[in-house]
Amino acid sequence: MKVVVFCKSVPDTETRVKLKDNRLDKSEIKYILNPYDEYAVEEAVRMKEAGKVDEVIAISMGPERAREALRSALAIGADRGILVKDDALDGSDTYVTAKVLVKALEKDGVDYGMLLFGQQAIDGDTWHVPGQVAEMLGLPQTGSIIKLEVDPDAGKAVANRLVEGGEEVHEMSLPCVVTCRKGLNEPRYPSLPNIMKAKRKPIQDYSIADLDLSPEEVGKAGSFTEVLSYSLPPKKEAGKKVEGEPEEVVQALVKFLKDEIKVI
Amino acid sequence: MSVWVIADQRNGALRKPAFEALSEGRRLAGELGTNMEAVIVGHNVEGLCNEIASYGAEKVYLIDHELLATYNPLAYARAIGDLVKEKQPQIVLMGGTMTGRDLMPRIAARVGAGLAPDCIKLEIVDGKLKATRPAIAGKVRVEIGYKSDIQMAILRPNVFEKLEPDSSKSAEVEKVPFEPTDLDTKQKLVEFISKETGRPELTEAEVIVSGGRGMKAPENFAIIEELADLLGAAVGASRAAVDAGWRPQSDQVGQTGKTVSPNLYIAVGISGAIQHLAGMSSSKFIVAVNKDPDAPIFNVADFGVVGDLFKVVPLLNEEVKKIKAQEG
Repeated sequence: MKVVVFCKSVPDTETRVKLKDNRLDKSEIKYILNPYDEYAVEEAVRMKEAGKVDEVIAISMGPERAREALRSALAIGADRGILVKDDALDGSDTYVTAKVLVKALEKDGVDYGMLLFGQQAIDGDTWHVPGQVAEMLGLPQTGSIIKLEVDPDAGKAVANRLVEGGEEVHEMSLPCVVTCRKGLNEPRYPSLPNIMKAKRKPIQDYSIADLDLSPEEVGKAGSFTEVLSYSLPPKKEAGKKVEGEPEEVVQALVKFLKDEIKVI
Repeated sequence: MSVWVIADQRNGALRKPAFEALSEGRRLAGELGTNMEAVIVGHNVEGLCNEIASYGAEKVYLIDHELLATYNPLAYARAIGDLVKEKQPQIVLMGGTMTGRDLMPRIAARVGAGLAPDCIKLEIVDGKLKATRPAIAGKVRVEIGYKSDIQMAILRPNVFEKLEPDSSKSAEVEKVPFEPTDLDTKQKLVEFISKETGRPELTEAEVIVSGGRGMKAPENFAIIEELADLLGAAVGASRAAVDAGWRPQSDQVGQTGKTVSPNLYIAVGISGAIQHLAGMSSSKFIVAVNKDPDAPIFNVADFGVVGDLFKVVPLLNEEVKKIKAQEG
């Protein structure tokens, strides 16, 4: 069985956001492989190590820096990469992103048994693309999984999905889509030799023309939603700070909770 | 061109974010001068139609079938998506439960419509929906405009005001037939493993008490749980506490955990790393207890207590108990 892992290049979690001309100021941002995608890559590589999967393909849509995110996936153990890169893709919403990724899968022709995503990308935080890809392909989908058991011979997967108040256990036929989150596994730190090896693994580039898409179908032009403006959230001001004997500070805190917030 | 709300139910009960979505749907419909209509999907859920009507829905589409008794992304998306395509509402809303976040993208893809997730504000501008949502874990706010005729949005729980229901209101109920296909059997929810704590769900809680690295050991969370139970609160944790194995994954608040917007967030022994602040800084009030006066959490706290949490929290619990006893 072959599996495909979807990877995104995102700002590091330490990033402090700055705006410039009503756009994100990207000049000082350091980019990484989306942390949620690391769980997906790790899970795919573990399936390969367990002999259930014979090829792990990492795919990304994004600017040139997305190649680094793919290299990170290859260093964890993915076998090859696909990068969809085109200036016309700038401003694509999640619907267009899903459409383009589906086209890239078709173009590659990989006969996949499973598509793995991170639950969300930590920049857009939409959680959209996996479900949109799954719907476009008519595939079953279990999101936010913390446990996965796959039986390629039986053509089945069982996944535990974390929801409010517990876990839903879903049984799916293959091929299927899963989205991965913390709790599924502990992603490894790639070894130096594996990082070096990753540099020699193949990455296939596609432009939108390669995917038989026109500029009108993608980017801002092809999207159903557009970002009208960015703003920084209202800055939270530091309030009262008390120090002293526990009895005193607790009295002050109780007064605050009782009189101002009225929770007691 | 009505406003639709997909009313999320589980085990035959409407969920809190569904009431918030119905209330916001009612408000938007009023502004557009159109009807608010709801969709309910499940099995033996007809009884919920009256409750939905009490939030001001003029019409309820009821999709009731054995195969829809539990969440099935394929079947739910097909049932609702095809109805949306047929009836062409202008706006489709759903509360941001785990089902909402999973299902709405599928519906949007099926319909071919724009979708904004995790919205904290919705407006009508020039007759079209405009959505405001946080991105990059709350570090930036984004305004989303739509180019599609159908405009879809998922509402962040605990942000939109819930209306008082009016039980004198009624709604027309239209039963929508559901014909199972081979596709629907590709997936089945086979088991629900309950991890109910008796406390509210983190994302829906009015009050959250969270513990971090400063708690030092898992058993010390007893004082946090006691305070939470006194306040009817949910218990949260920082990444440090979860990574140390002191608390379950589902308790984590922050950039790689849950984003929460309670009325009150009490951070105990949490220093306030940027990733944690991202997950909780949209709380209305923040209280912090930490022994380090320079902890970054104090920069966002409305009320900061510099002190030893192992003295402060038990004392606080005793005081709250006293007050509750006085109030009888």
